[in-house]
Amino acid sequence: MHVLPAAPAPAPQRQMLVGVSLAVVAMVMLTGSMLAVWALQRREAIDTTGTWLPDGVTVPEVPTNVMLIAFIGICVFGQWAVWSAKRNDRPHAVLALGCTALVALLVINAQAFVYYRMGLGVADGTYAAMFYAATGMFVVLMIAGVVFTTVAAFRYIGGRSGDQEILVSHAIYWYAMSAIYAAIWFLVYVTK
Amino acid sequence: MTTIERSPETVEVATGGDRDDAIALEEVAGAFTSTDHKVTGRLYLAGGLLGLVSTVIVNVLIAVERLDGADTVLDVEVLPQLVDAQLVGLVFATLLPFSMAACVFAVPLQLGARSIAFPRLASTGFWMWFGGLVLITIALIGNGGTLGGDGDAVDLFIAALGLMAVGLTASAGAVATTIFTTRAPGMTMRRIPPFSWSALVFSLGLILVMPVLVGTLAYLFVDHRNSRTGFGGNEGIFVWAGWVVTQPVTFLFAIPAIGMLAELAPVVFGRRTPVRGALFGGLALIGVAALAGVTQQNIQNLPWAGSDLNVDDLETKVRDLVPFLLFNALPILGVLLVLAVVLQTARPGEGTRFRFAPAILFAFLGFGMILVGMLGNILHAADDLALQGTVFEEATLIYVVYGAALALMGAVLHWAPKLWGPTLDAGKVTPLALLGVTGTILAAFPMYIAGFLDQPGGVSYLDDDLVLWNIIALVGHVLMAFTVLGFVGLLLISRRSDDSVGDDPWDAQTIEWTTTSPAPRDNFVDVPVVHSAEPLLDIKTAATSNAASNDGSTA
Repeated sequence: MHVLPAAPAPAPQRQMLVGVSLAVVAMVMLTGSMLAVWALQRREAIDTTGTWLPDGVTVPEVPTNVMLIAFIGICVFGQWAVWSAKRNDRPHAVLALGCTALVALLVINAQAFVYYRMGLGVADGTYAAMFYAATGMFVVLMIAGVVFTTVAAFRYIGGRSGDQEILVSHAIYWYAMSAIYAAIWFLVYVTK
Repeated sequence: MTTIERSPETVEVATGGDRDDAIALEEVAGAFTSTDHKVTGRLYLAGGLLGLVSTVIVNVLIAVERLDGADTVLDVEVLPQLVDAQLVGLVFATLLPFSMAACVFAVPLQLGARSIAFPRLASTGFWMWFGGLVLITIALIGNGGTLGGDGDAVDLFIAALGLMAVGLTASAGAVATTIFTTRAPGMTMRRIPPFSWSALVFSLGLILVMPVLVGTLAYLFVDHRNSRTGFGGNEGIFVWAGWVVTQPVTFLFAIPAIGMLAELAPVVFGRRTPVRGALFGGLALIGVAALAGVTQQNIQNLPWAGSDLNVDDLETKVRDLVPFLLFNALPILGVLLVLAVVLQTARPGEGTRFRFAPAILFAFLGFGMILVGMLGNILHAADDLALQGTVFEEATLIYVVYGAALALMGAVLHWAPKLWGPTLDAGKVTPLALLGVTGTILAAFPMYIAGFLDQPGGVSYLDDDLVLWNIIALVGHVLMAFTVLGFVGLLLISRRSDDSVGDDPWDAQTIEWTTTSPAPRDNFVDVPVVHSAEPLLDIKTAATSNAASNDGSTA
């Protein structure tokens, strides 16, 4: 057997960061494609029937706008966790992660409130099916984000405070989610 | 880490001395729980081979059905499911798992990594894919599919397809992350082996394409489950999601098969890969097919209204040609670049040798079949030829999938020593390559002709002149069935063999051949340091030079 000179096994280079970045690319493709189909169907509906939003259905603007504002908070809290971790400030890092998870849960709650206020049945036509599919996928991504935050917090509480990469990755995830929601907000809730 | 550790004492007590059975049981249990990338790769391979066998059988059934274009041999009710099984089987049960298998088991070894990145994710990806395969089979049996009559089974079909797509994306993420982050010291991106580069293009392509499919399927599922108003009900499934089982997206899924030829040529001819930049560029160009998937443009037609090329209409013709060439010709340009580099590697010259290995025959013939499929796709996209809706499209897919399967069988032959020690008997497996390529040509080329003769897609036709071409296609599928079954048989025999072929049986150049055969749990005892793209060849060349200089000084 030919032997090459050996070296200590190198630590993987930013594996979590790269992995989450790829996941973010996939999330952007997923949401982007769904919104593209949404825009296409909306245009076709307006061209044929002159309307897209079903009669009697109103999009509640307050909770949808509050959700958008909440994402600013999520991004700030996510970055706060990174900032604290770099200064070995464990209490603040954990607090920041807790705040991130809390606001993310509030966003999920606000989405549920939007469903309640709209009173739209999932079987009430094309708009309803697409609305629940697109926003439902967003909720799934939000739940994945809350799980990610919880895992990051437990790792940090568990003593892996030197592992700042997961917090940076965590912040990137929420930045991406903010951009995704901004697109949904504009196309689904503002343009209608 | 394998969660069930081997403990001979425990095994002895637990089984009353029947140790072999206990170890076999332990291996099966380990396969379910292991996060070793070689185990996950083998599982994908087993799934891909199972899918290939099943799909070839489905193809044989369809070909039998086509022998008489008017009457049906099988129950007419099952024909829509059979056609769906063919399409999904060719792409999701054969091409994708086969390509993923090669990437998962070979890439970490080629990079000098001790493990794949996110091994549990890669393993979970396999089980999601496999779960989707089982569910999609149940859905088709239960009258589901794109033209199924049972609403719940159709919903299950859509959900299962989405599950497979998510699983494949997860495994692709693990492969891509490995290539970006877990390379041996000194192995820059320019030094990674050609197959690993093709795996990167393939994985990134999947990460771009599969979420688009998942999003579309989410709409289709919710709509079909509830209102069936927005996406055309059952028939809308293929309209909205059919692009993933047609060209040119399938070219993206076949990239590892194309990369296999580029990987093997330097080994067989004993030379360094020349112009690696062109080779890498060529493989990446094929990835432009991903763009077609992302934009859901499965066909960029070339209307070419009025074939006479007049100057007045030049702008229109250029406008037609640009997207047409982007979607159809760029992947072929990429394949030709790869072929040019391979031919340059094989060019007679100082230091060139030819050491035959069955793997290169499989890879070369498979590559050729993929190229023929790609060329066929260009014709298919030209409206003037009126090939759309005919069996021509199916023939293109069969060329690509059977060709990729052949090339990836070459990958199995090449890396079998690292996977389980022995390799397949060269004398017995070589004829299978010839049988396989004959089967592919006979299965697909007559359908090219039948497409020009306007035989519609599906199983029925009216023109009796088409019977001959359908008989030949049946023979082709049967030959392919023999090829696959023969390969699986030889594979099983080789796995039971104790004949080790050594650590470097092919006199290769890349670092996976510096570790033992089969590769240990963590791949490498010591992580090798890399100073060139062909580190093992460096050592061999230096050893030869030293031996020559020693001989000279002795004389």
